Amino acid sequence: MCECCSSQKDIYLPELATIRKKQKFTRLEMYYHVELDSGKELGHKAGQFVEVSIAGIGEAPISISSSPTQSGFELVVRNAGSVTNAIHKLDSGAKIGIRGPFGKGYPVDEMKGKNLVFICGGLGLAPQRSFINYVLDNRKDYGDVEILLGTKCFEDRFYVDELAKLAQRKDVSFTETLDIGCDQWKGNVGVVTTIIPKVKTDLSKAHVLVCGPPVMYKFVLMSLAEAKTPKQNIFVNLERRMKCGVGKCGHCQMNDQYVCQTGPVYRFSELGHVPEAI
Amino acid sequence: MRKLTKSEFQKFVTALIGSDQQVVGVQAKGDRFAFGPLERSEDLRLDYDVTLLPPKKYVLPQVETLMTYEVGGGYQSHMDSEKLILLGVHPYDLVAINQMDKLFGQDQYDAHYMARRKNITLIACDVVTPSKNVFASSMGTAVVTEGYDILITDIANGYVLDAATDKGRALMKLAPGGTEASPDDLAKRKAVQDKNKTQLNQHPLKCKPSYLPKLLERAYDHPIWEEKARTCYSCGSCNTTCPTCYCFDVQDDVNWDLATGKRWRAWDGCLLENFATVAGDHNFRKKRESRFRHRLYRKAKYVPEKIGGEIACVGCGRCITACIPDIANPVAIYNALLEDIGME
Repeated sequence: MCECCSSQKDIYLPELATIRKKQKFTRLEMYYHVELDSGKELGHKAGQFVEVSIAGIGEAPISISSSPTQSGFELVVRNAGSVTNAIHKLDSGAKIGIRGPFGKGYPVDEMKGKNLVFICGGLGLAPQRSFINYVLDNRKDYGDVEILLGTKCFEDRFYVDELAKLAQRKDVSFTETLDIGCDQWKGNVGVVTTIIPKVKTDLSKAHVLVCGPPVMYKFVLMSLAEAKTPKQNIFVNLERRMKCGVGKCGHCQMNDQYVCQTGPVYRFSELGHVPEAI
Repeated sequence: MRKLTKSEFQKFVTALIGSDQQVVGVQAKGDRFAFGPLERSEDLRLDYDVTLLPPKKYVLPQVETLMTYEVGGGYQSHMDSEKLILLGVHPYDLVAINQMDKLFGQDQYDAHYMARRKNITLIACDVVTPSKNVFASSMGTAVVTEGYDILITDIANGYVLDAATDKGRALMKLAPGGTEASPDDLAKRKAVQDKNKTQLNQHPLKCKPSYLPKLLERAYDHPIWEEKARTCYSCGSCNTTCPTCYCFDVQDDVNWDLATGKRWRAWDGCLLENFATVAGDHNFRKKRESRFRHRLYRKAKYVPEKIGGEIACVGCGRCITACIPDIANPVAIYNALLEDIGME
């Protein structure tokens, strides 16, 4: 506890940021484009998260859904609690507090040259998109790219304009499914695991990135085991209650892992000793 | 080391109370004991067995303001700057505070904790009266040789005081009279400490504490967690009375002007039902037995991995006393596991 330490920065203090753009995505999800008031870039890596602060209400951990290659950053916020409910009421120009970026993110360099398969379930598209867009912005650095997306119903789809563009791209394979079909939907119907057999890339050699609701992991991982994807090539992005974001408060802990520090992205092979993970 | 007679020591405490620092000392509370602001030296009870709550509440308060803010505006850090003397900390509680210093200081530096800690002078004292559930001797925390500013040992005809830091030595200047401790005084001091090394042991652990991480490595799916947790109230008393529990919750309050407010943190407990619940009401540790197991694993496996192998249970026995269904005793669990799965 020397003098130099006492002047260290306050890890709990948010910095001010401004919402530059807001767009309603679904009945539960809202899109935000945010810039730090300092004028600096957030400096995040794909797969990291921020703590969003609403003075008077509290903080909530939100995945960054934009690639570090673009300016400012994007958040897709589901209205699921008091903080996210308050965020939903904010309009363009409103101030929010930001701490972070936190967590480890995806090993973007290690995956260079590899074939990538993204498996996204529902809101799991948001954190995955930070890496998907990073890959698209650095397309020549990566091998085949396949994206699978499963959404509950037609109304719950978001980033729909982008999804339409993805479907048009020749250098990416994009397959989408809905759990529950409807008249407007002409595509696949069934949970995301039903489109895994459609993957053209050899899954036993690809790097597979998985993010979705808790219930999804077990079934996707079983399918990948069947497809003989090595566990060290599977990356899961886990949700926990990351309250402090700095490895102190204990809420996000699963066994010996503090998700806010060693996650939220984990290599599946590293979770062998973490039964609380999935 | 200096020796003060009992009356000299009382004058020393009076001088501390009269200094510019707040003095918090152990006092009687009904038929038990508690740390609280000390106003009269005669209220200090260094012969206490154990306090209801650990002195942790002064290094990591139950509720602590982290920052103030204007709604829709900026945030300003709030740091405690009061100087405090914590008087009468038992060795096991001292070990717990020293562990917390490492946890809050390492990696992401917690300026709130560390600023407060820097303003605290720790005056420890060797145990005179063993409490009914203490097992510090088993955990190697019955006596300490470091981590305090001053250590007091009651040697019946007076006190031996060991000032180990500049902060401690500065306070010693307030001590009236006294003499350099004689070889006889030091022998008595050693006798008190030697006795405590083995006698603060109402629940003897049948292995060295350093073996516990290895034991737990093989016990994750043992039926004991379910058996014990069957009567758990999920009340979190084992968490709140524990000197090494440091998990916290963070909440916001808006002031009456609706324009300003504060963000504060408060003790939280991993035994409480919603500790690991996320948005959408998904609870990642829904079962009582998994929360019950998590506490023990934090104490003897997860936290030790962060602090160089030190076991984060110091044998104070407070969880045993606080637990109404009487399932919290860590030694009973470790010994039962040793009995059942043995040592490797």
